[in-house]
Amino acid sequence: MSNKEKYNQAFMETLEVSENELAGLTYTGIPAWDSVGHMALMAAVEDAFDIMMETDDIIDFSSYEKGMEILSKKYDVEF
Amino acid sequence: MMWNFSSFGNNTALIDDSGKKYTYSELDTAGKQLADAVGKRCLVFSFCLNSPGSVIGYTSFINHGIVPALLSAHLEKDLRKDLIETYKPSFIWAPSDMEGEFDGYEKVYSAYDYVLMKAANGSDAKLHEDLALLLTTSGSTGSPKFVRQSYENIKSNTESIIEYLNIDSSERAITTLPMNYTYGLSIINTHLMAGATIILTEKTLMQKEFWELFKKEEATSFGGVPYTYEMLDRLRFFRMDLPSLRYMTQAGGKLTPELHKKFAEHSIENGREFIVMYGQCEATARMGYLPAEYSVAKYGSMGIAIPGGKLLIIDVDGKEIEEPEVSGELVYEGPNVTLGYAECAEDLSKGDERNGRLETGDMAKRDEDGFYYIVGRKKRFLKIFGNRTNLDEVDRMIKTEFGNVDCTSGGVDDCLYIFVTDDNLVEPVKKFVVEKTGFHHSAIKVVKLDEIPKNDSGKVLYKELEKYYS
Repeated sequence: MSNKEKYNQAFMETLEVSENELAGLTYTGIPAWDSVGHMALMAAVEDAFDIMMETDDIIDFSSYEKGMEILSKKYDVEF
Repeated sequence: MMWNFSSFGNNTALIDDSGKKYTYSELDTAGKQLADAVGKRCLVFSFCLNSPGSVIGYTSFINHGIVPALLSAHLEKDLRKDLIETYKPSFIWAPSDMEGEFDGYEKVYSAYDYVLMKAANGSDAKLHEDLALLLTTSGSTGSPKFVRQSYENIKSNTESIIEYLNIDSSERAITTLPMNYTYGLSIINTHLMAGATIILTEKTLMQKEFWELFKKEEATSFGGVPYTYEMLDRLRFFRMDLPSLRYMTQAGGKLTPELHKKFAEHSIENGREFIVMYGQCEATARMGYLPAEYSVAKYGSMGIAIPGGKLLIIDVDGKEIEEPEVSGELVYEGPNVTLGYAECAEDLSKGDERNGRLETGDMAKRDEDGFYYIVGRKKRFLKIFGNRTNLDEVDRMIKTEFGNVDCTSGGVDDCLYIFVTDDNLVEPVKKFVVEKTGFHHSAIKVVKLDEIPKNDSGKVLYKELEKYYS
């Protein structure tokens, strides 16, 4: 699985969304991405890439796109 | 008057998301104007956010003898409609962007991004003279039930909390809970009575903006339900630099003993206090608290009775259990025990039905030093992210929607299990419950069984369902 696929998978499984809904998705933009959903999503992303994210990055992870930016800049995940 | 705002004049009462400040004088003046626009003692549905307009509405109504029912601005639309039809409030106070959402109500006043809307045909339901406030206890399951709180309930509980938490005008609490939720409301009640400051935000712990506001406005305290502390632990809270923070409170369900200990120890090491508390909407807000100095020695305990109240444990015959380490139902007595419930508009004329005594539905024991521990539940309910969720009501809600199907519910805190006997119901039931309750889908599991275990008389054998709660 490519990194993009792994990343998408984490969103689709924890937030119960389909692939075509991912672009532009933001925190609290859908009911499932609330603080509970965010915890689950962060755990899934960490598992998928075998990383431990810093607090600042967890609270900055405010959209689908922002997450990719954080992962590629700070955790060497190439998309 | 519940709050004497004029005595705190230029103290800052509220700070909003953007850093804008509102003094006590402003609260006083704005409250009078709003009360004049309502013009009489009547029922108002107030749709809450953690925002100045929401707080100004609430305090104005209470201070001027107008009875608000506090509901979430995010309440599911059908439930909202049912409640309005059941109680026919004379007015609605709601965020301005909800203005067009209420049929039969017309805008008569607006301030602070809120609108006051008057009913074309409001009922003039008789309101008992002691009735101050209506709060939902299990509104999330669609039951139109309110807890009736009196002026004396709110005042006595607020004063008691101020006393045991030592709240003075230097405190600056930041909101982490909705204000229509009794615990969130108690933080607002206490701080406004003490002349302190409340930092209002709709942002959550999972957002950078929350922590930026926290630091910029130098928050001194916050409250959280068990799930809040799990999130903080996950966010590596113990590594955060928050010099302004003085204390944290926890209520809304039982924290795991491990997390209780962890937060208690970390707080002491950092010169802070961690106070676990116990309460219910039926007792206004608080009944018990574990004083900070015992937070480590007695971790896992819900503490002792709050000032002015009394806790006791009774056996199945209702007789008080005097000896330690024997469990029974926890009973509370005090001036904050609410009047009772309302299930329809006519109930609003009822007086006190509880006489200062509340059987909590929680099973507890007391240790030799007099500290109480929750050990289980007598009644069928769960706490889902701090919200008391009545399982009988969950069953009823599903049966109403899906035509009396065979189903039942159970689970553990923060995870509701629903059992059905038809494969085709698994997905629709889950979707329905998520929509109605607003709980995150990960907290709801629907399991298909061949049959629901029942005894000969048709009663569900809940014990046999426990093996599914992984």
